[in-house]
Amino acid sequence: MTLDDLTVVLPELVLAVFGMSALIWAVFSTGGRRGAALIWLTSAVFVGMAAWIAFATTGEKMAFSNSFVDDSLSRFAKVMILLSASVVLFISRDFLSRERLAKFEFPVLVGFAVLGMMVMVSANDLIVLYLGLELQSLSLYVLAAFHRNSVRSTEAGLKYFVLGALSSGLLLYGASLVYGFAGTTSLPGIAAAMSPEGLAAQSPAGVNKSIGLLFGMAFMIVALAFKVAAAPFHMWTPDVYEGSPTPVTALFSTAPKVAALVLLARLLTTGFGNVVADWQNIIAAVSVLSMFVGAITAIGQTDIKRLMAYSSIAHMGFALMGAAAGTAQGLEAMLLYMAIYLVMNVGTFAFILSMRRRNQPVTDIYALGMFSKQSPVQALSLMLLLFSMAGIVPLLGFVAKLYVFLAAIDGGMVWLAISGGIASVIGAFYYLRIVYVMYFGEQRTPLDNTIPRSGLITLVASAIIVVVGVVNLFSITQWSTVAALALFQ
Amino acid sequence: MEFTLSIIIFTPLIAAVIMGVFLRGDDAIAVRNVKFLALAASVATFLISLVVLFGFDTSASEFQYVEQATWLPGLQYKLGVDGISVLFVILTTFLMPITVLACWHVENRVKEFMMAFLILETLMIGVFCSLDLVLFYFFFEAGLIPMFLIIGIWGGKRRLYATFKFFLYTLLGSILMLIAMIVLWQIAGTTDITRLLEFKVPSVPISLLGWQIEGGLQTIMWLAFFASFAVKMPMWPVHTWLPDAHVEAPTGGSVILAAILLKMGGYGFLRFNLPMFPIASDLLAPMVLWLSVIAIIYTSLVAMMQEDMKKLIAYSSVAHMGFVTMGIFTATRQGIDGAIFQMLSHGLISGALFLIVGVVYDRKHRRDIEYYGGLVVRMPRYAMVFMFFTLANVGLPGTSGFVGEFLTLAAAFQVSTWIAAGAATGVILSAAYALWLFRRVVYGDLVKTAIRDIADLTRREKLVFAPLLVMTLLLGVYPSLVTDVIGTSVQGLVDHVNTQAFAAFDLHANESLVANDSR
Repeated sequence: MTLDDLTVVLPELVLAVFGMSALIWAVFSTGGRRGAALIWLTSAVFVGMAAWIAFATTGEKMAFSNSFVDDSLSRFAKVMILLSASVVLFISRDFLSRERLAKFEFPVLVGFAVLGMMVMVSANDLIVLYLGLELQSLSLYVLAAFHRNSVRSTEAGLKYFVLGALSSGLLLYGASLVYGFAGTTSLPGIAAAMSPEGLAAQSPAGVNKSIGLLFGMAFMIVALAFKVAAAPFHMWTPDVYEGSPTPVTALFSTAPKVAALVLLARLLTTGFGNVVADWQNIIAAVSVLSMFVGAITAIGQTDIKRLMAYSSIAHMGFALMGAAAGTAQGLEAMLLYMAIYLVMNVGTFAFILSMRRRNQPVTDIYALGMFSKQSPVQALSLMLLLFSMAGIVPLLGFVAKLYVFLAAIDGGMVWLAISGGIASVIGAFYYLRIVYVMYFGEQRTPLDNTIPRSGLITLVASAIIVVVGVVNLFSITQWSTVAALALFQ
Repeated sequence: MEFTLSIIIFTPLIAAVIMGVFLRGDDAIAVRNVKFLALAASVATFLISLVVLFGFDTSASEFQYVEQATWLPGLQYKLGVDGISVLFVILTTFLMPITVLACWHVENRVKEFMMAFLILETLMIGVFCSLDLVLFYFFFEAGLIPMFLIIGIWGGKRRLYATFKFFLYTLLGSILMLIAMIVLWQIAGTTDITRLLEFKVPSVPISLLGWQIEGGLQTIMWLAFFASFAVKMPMWPVHTWLPDAHVEAPTGGSVILAAILLKMGGYGFLRFNLPMFPIASDLLAPMVLWLSVIAIIYTSLVAMMQEDMKKLIAYSSVAHMGFVTMGIFTATRQGIDGAIFQMLSHGLISGALFLIVGVVYDRKHRRDIEYYGGLVVRMPRYAMVFMFFTLANVGLPGTSGFVGEFLTLAAAFQVSTWIAAGAATGVILSAAYALWLFRRVVYGDLVKTAIRDIADLTRREKLVFAPLLVMTLLLGVYPSLVTDVIGTSVQGLVDHVNTQAFAAFDLHANESLVANDSR
């Protein structure tokens, strides 16, 4: 370990130090408002770090014997993760205070989860990969159960933990198989073992692909599909989303998805880039299943948090469509999809967090009956976000879908694009249903008009982004193109 | 003027944004301001669009007023009009002030209502001006959102069912077109419509799941585009969303739906199906012609038995659109001229008919034919207007309805006598249902007490009908107003299709010759 290595991981070090010192400070200080203050501070630190990562470093640097990589892809992902986590903290503060959950552990745990995600997207080695994944997962298990006195929250935490541990086990099993057959844990090393020469060296008689490597790869894909909540490994999602405190749900549906998808993309492209044909169909199948499961099962939901869970499953299906193409264009489409998805999701959750009646949080969709009369601006913003999530033009969500369809067709998988199209029509139904409830549904007891300023700003800003973004996507493509190329050189 | 088309497209949108941001309050003055702003914006748009019409060079078949800018990666913001599209732009901008005026009495959420209409206008004009595939899709699809809200918020009792059906039906059709567009983008390497019109989509027969597909990729893509436009048009048997949507929509929504939104389907056939996939069009034209004939006869019969006035006119729209698809897929100059004429004329006539229903609906809030009868006693002027548009709908010579039907029938006769004969029965049937409707509603004695006090047209309503009446008559007696503008472009389109289809025919002939030689 040299100083050079440490400069590469400097952002992660800073975040770790920040998290630990925040913990120490909070333990020794007293005062009722330290939780809220720490939430603001952590949020600000995330933004600062995002700016630092985005603008300070360029090029590709390796650390710790090539097991940790800092390239344009990881930076793009880190900026997305940090910004979305920051906004989630920003919109959560009010909800947490009202629910007496604004404890200092919350921002600290989010900080450690984000640290884990940053390690994940930089992992170039199976051990580092696992390290980041577990740091993230452990923090998130605790966060899911953060509302200690609520049975559902603790149930969500336990459920998430058990299934998450199972998937970690699968990942480890797969990773050990891969290590056993490839003889290395480094992703480029695995790629070398999977190359024609590498395969010839393993089985001099023929060019058979090693069954052990492929098994290991399949297990790792399954484990990561668990983490991104892609069908058929999505079963935990609705319950955990519904049971967790809403700010935690907002977090679940944003930053960890980016981290896990980028991790998956790096694993598949760098590690298994020589056997694209062997994983392409797995990813495509997972993608199709997710899109349909998400779209169809969401139809019957009346709880908006469960609905968002299924919606996120469907969105992961679309994002994986980009990954399934196995090209730089596909990866870029996936990154763009995730960036747009984050904006829509954060905005929607800013609204869900503010849904209260008689000072109690509500999550029933029908509670929004004729909401458009009560607060037209919020209703309009939410409507735009929902139409955007449904992928209706002229909103940003359509552009996201357009590029993944394009990538899929470019990768020769027209059937995948067609299924995506049909799934998005089915999916449009449940988004439309919320619009209908808001605009021409039945009037119910109105909601409390208590959206905090942070929530309103986020909601309206994200609605404006999904409308105005179609002009030029805020030039984000110049970053995503470079990011996607990082894996294809 | 470099940005004329952009100005036309975005004027209504800007007005809608101004309305949304600056005009607040629910009092009478605010409501009046909203209405006048909407009227002013739509009139201004119409006037600017006249600049395009008068500056339009009718002797050129290429696109005019072209403007271009880069947009998202791989896409462009490219606009332009040719003879085929320019009149649809005018139709849209012409009908919009009339619709706004006709909706003057809306009371519920006036601001949102007017905003939705203005946004819809932007999107509709955009459809007819787009010269980029994806931009076209943007405008084409985006119209769903305002229409969904217009039907859903201001609609009738079963609006929920109608608006969901409308939305999902249309979306499913369009999504297939989107996939085909992306495939087209992929193989042609561009989304520029002017370049795609030159591009020859492969038509080598391919086999898919054991099926031999004549015309290959062209046929598949043709079908995908067809799915979208046939739903929009709507053609039998995918027309079922239309009666529901029409019946539940508010008057203004029905007018826009019938007069302009349906025309997007026909425009799509003319812009995409026919010129981009000429060989597939040639192969599948008989199918379309027969579907059109079925639509004409079947929906006319269905229309005859309706008890709801709006539903009757909705079915009559489907029948009239049958003439349009028939005209287009004869792929002759006469047929396409007739189809475009029919679309424009139907825009005026069906719009007027829905407004006519709207007049009595506003007074009595009933649409069932049974409820009325003998209106001529109390409403002589109304009866006259109703009579005029009924006859125009039937296609009486001297009205614009005649020209379109005559041209398309004449073209169909050249292709197939049976088709023409079948479609011609539709003319008789349309006379039957339209005149019967008129007799039941307007003639007879005024015996029903509930409508004894019904009042004749107000000055505003006269103002609404006057321009429609004048235009219908003018186009009827002087059709070259339209055919002169569209002529060159239509001729270019027909030549293009014929050369490509014949080239393909020659190619196949050569192949079989070669095959024979080798034996």
